[in-house]
Amino acid sequence: MDKPLTERIGQNGGQVVDIDAYEAGGGYAGARRALTTMTPEEVIDLVKDANLRGRGGAGFPTGVKWGFVPQGDAAGTGPKYLVCNADEMEPGTFKDRYLMTFDPHLLIEGVVVAAYAIGAERAYVFLRGEYFEPFRALEGAIADAAGRKYLGDGIFGGEFNLDLRLHRSAGRYICGEETALLNALEGKRAQPRLKPPFPPASGAWGRPTVVNNVETLCCVPAILRNGADWFRDLGLTDDAGTKIYGVSGRVNNPGLWELPMGTTIREIIETHAAGMRNGYKLRGLLPGGASTDFLVPEEHLDLPMDYGSIAAAGSRMGTGTMILMDDSICPVDMSRNLQHFFAQESCGFCTPCREGLPWLEELLTDIEEGRGTLEDIDILEKNGAFIGAPGNTFCLHAAGAIEPLQSALKYFRDDFEAHVREGRCPYRERKGDG
Amino acid sequence: MTTAGANEAVSGADLVETLSESEVAKIEAECAHLPDRQSAAIDALMIVQEHRGWVSDASLFAIARLLGMSAEALDAVATFYNRIYRQPVGRHVVMLCDSVSCYVMGADRLAEQVKAHLGIDFGETTPDDRFTLLPIVCLGACDRAPTMLVGEELVTDVEAGRLDDIFARFE
Repeated sequence: MDKPLTERIGQNGGQVVDIDAYEAGGGYAGARRALTTMTPEEVIDLVKDANLRGRGGAGFPTGVKWGFVPQGDAAGTGPKYLVCNADEMEPGTFKDRYLMTFDPHLLIEGVVVAAYAIGAERAYVFLRGEYFEPFRALEGAIADAAGRKYLGDGIFGGEFNLDLRLHRSAGRYICGEETALLNALEGKRAQPRLKPPFPPASGAWGRPTVVNNVETLCCVPAILRNGADWFRDLGLTDDAGTKIYGVSGRVNNPGLWELPMGTTIREIIETHAAGMRNGYKLRGLLPGGASTDFLVPEEHLDLPMDYGSIAAAGSRMGTGTMILMDDSICPVDMSRNLQHFFAQESCGFCTPCREGLPWLEELLTDIEEGRGTLEDIDILEKNGAFIGAPGNTFCLHAAGAIEPLQSALKYFRDDFEAHVREGRCPYRERKGDG
Repeated sequence: MTTAGANEAVSGADLVETLSESEVAKIEAECAHLPDRQSAAIDALMIVQEHRGWVSDASLFAIARLLGMSAEALDAVATFYNRIYRQPVGRHVVMLCDSVSCYVMGADRLAEQVKAHLGIDFGETTPDDRFTLLPIVCLGACDRAPTMLVGEELVTDVEAGRLDDIFARFE
C-alpha cells in the first residue's frame, strides 16, 4: 500500500530524511506543481476534492478552511498568516514528533503549498517547547530549503514569497487550541478567544490566518503529486487518505503505523501493536488522546478508526493515537490522573472550567482513597455534564475533560461503586506490578 | 509578583542595564519582525532566561521597560507558561511526565523513586544546584513510556534501576 507520510523514512532506514533524500523521493514536486502551474483557487479545490480532514483531532475539512480566507482586495491590507500547530501536547499523542523529527521537509513542503493557497507570505511553525529533536531537525531543514529557494523570496523562480519562522512555545496544553495558540504567538497569555470571528477572518494580529496541524499539512504534498482521486482511494471508509495511528499501554509492540484511514481498532491493536502483553487483559481505550471518550473491547474493537465511525460510537477519533487501559489499572485512579491534567491545564479564564475541574479531581481522589460516597458519583455525573456543556465556556477544554470521565462512569460504574462500598481501592495491591 | 531578593534592585535607571548587549540585541531582532514590541514578550523572557537560567524580578522590570509594557502585564505572561522560571533552578531541570500514557506504565511509582533518588520533592532543587525536579505533561513519546526530560535530553523507558546511569551523565 502507499504510505505517503512515512515511505521516505522507511526507505531511509529510519534515519532523518535530508533534503537530497527528500527530493530523490519526489519531494518538493508537489509544491513546484502548485506554485508554477496552478492558481491558489485550483489548489484549494484540489484539497477539497481530496476530502482531506484535519488530523489534529477536530477533522474539519482542510480545503474548506483554506477557502474561508479572503483573497485579493477582500483581504484588506497587511499580511495573512499560515500557522502550523506543532504544539503536540494531547496526552498519549506522539505522531507529530515523529513526522517532524524524521521528515521535516514534508512539513515544510505542506506549509509552502498551504501558504500559497491562502495567499499568506508569512508562516509560523508553533512548536512544542519541549520538542528539542524536532526543533533541531526543523531548524536545519528550514535553512536547507531556503538555500534551494523553496522558502524566502521568489520560490521556484516565481513571484511567491514566504517567510517561515519557528516559534518555540513556552509551554501550556491550552496553546493547542487555535485561538489560544494565536495569543501565545502574539506574546500574550494563551487564553482562547471568543469565536466568531474564526481565524480565517481574524487571526494572528487580527489578520486572516489558517491554523493547520502538522500531520494535516504533511498530507498535502502527495495530494498535489498524485491527485484527489488517489488520496480519497487510500481510505477504506468514507474518510480519505492514510492516518498515523498509535498505541501506548501494555501491548507487546507499542508504536506508530501509517495505515489506511478506517483501519479497525482490532487490527491496530492485535496486528500492529501485537496484542496485549502476557497476563494483561484490555479493559478500555481512549481512541485519540486524553480528551476522547473511552471505548470498550466488548463493543468497539471492530470499528473502523475514522471520524464518523468513532463519533457514532459516542467518542472521537481525535489524534488517532490510542491509550490502552489494561486490567491492572484502576479506572477511578486513571480518571483522577486525567482530571488532574485537565484541572492543571485549564487557562483559568472561564469559571466552570477553572473551578469545576479541580472539584472533579478532588471528588475522584476521595473515591479512589476510600472516602467517597454514592452522592459523589452523582455529582461527578451531573456537574461533569454542566461543566462540559458547550456554550458554558469559551473553548472546548472542559468539554474535552468530561469526555473520558462521562464514559468511565458509563462503562466502569461498578468500579466506582466498589470503591464506595469497600471504602478502598480494590486495585491497590495489584498496582505497579509491570 | 514575588518579592525581590535583598541584593536586587527593583526600581531605578540601572534596571535596563541589567540586560546585556547580547540579550538586548536578540530581543530587538525579535521585535524587528513583529507588528509591535509587546508581541516579543515570550521571546524576550526566554532569551533572558537562556542567559541567566531564570527570570528574576529585576530582569522582569528590565524586559518590561525594553518592550514598553508594565511589569505586571509581563509577569502575567511569565507566570502562565511552564518553561519560564520565576525562581532559580538547578543546572539541569528534570521534567518527569505525569500524563496518562506514562501513568499507565507506572509513572506514579517512578515519581516516588526519582524523588528518593534525588532527595527532593517536585518544585525543589538539590543542595548542590545540580537538579531541579518538576512534573511535566505528556512529552510525546508515549510508546516508550515512562518518559522524562533531563535538560534537553529525552529519556525513555525509564526504570528505577537506570536512574544512577541516567543522572550520572549530567554534571
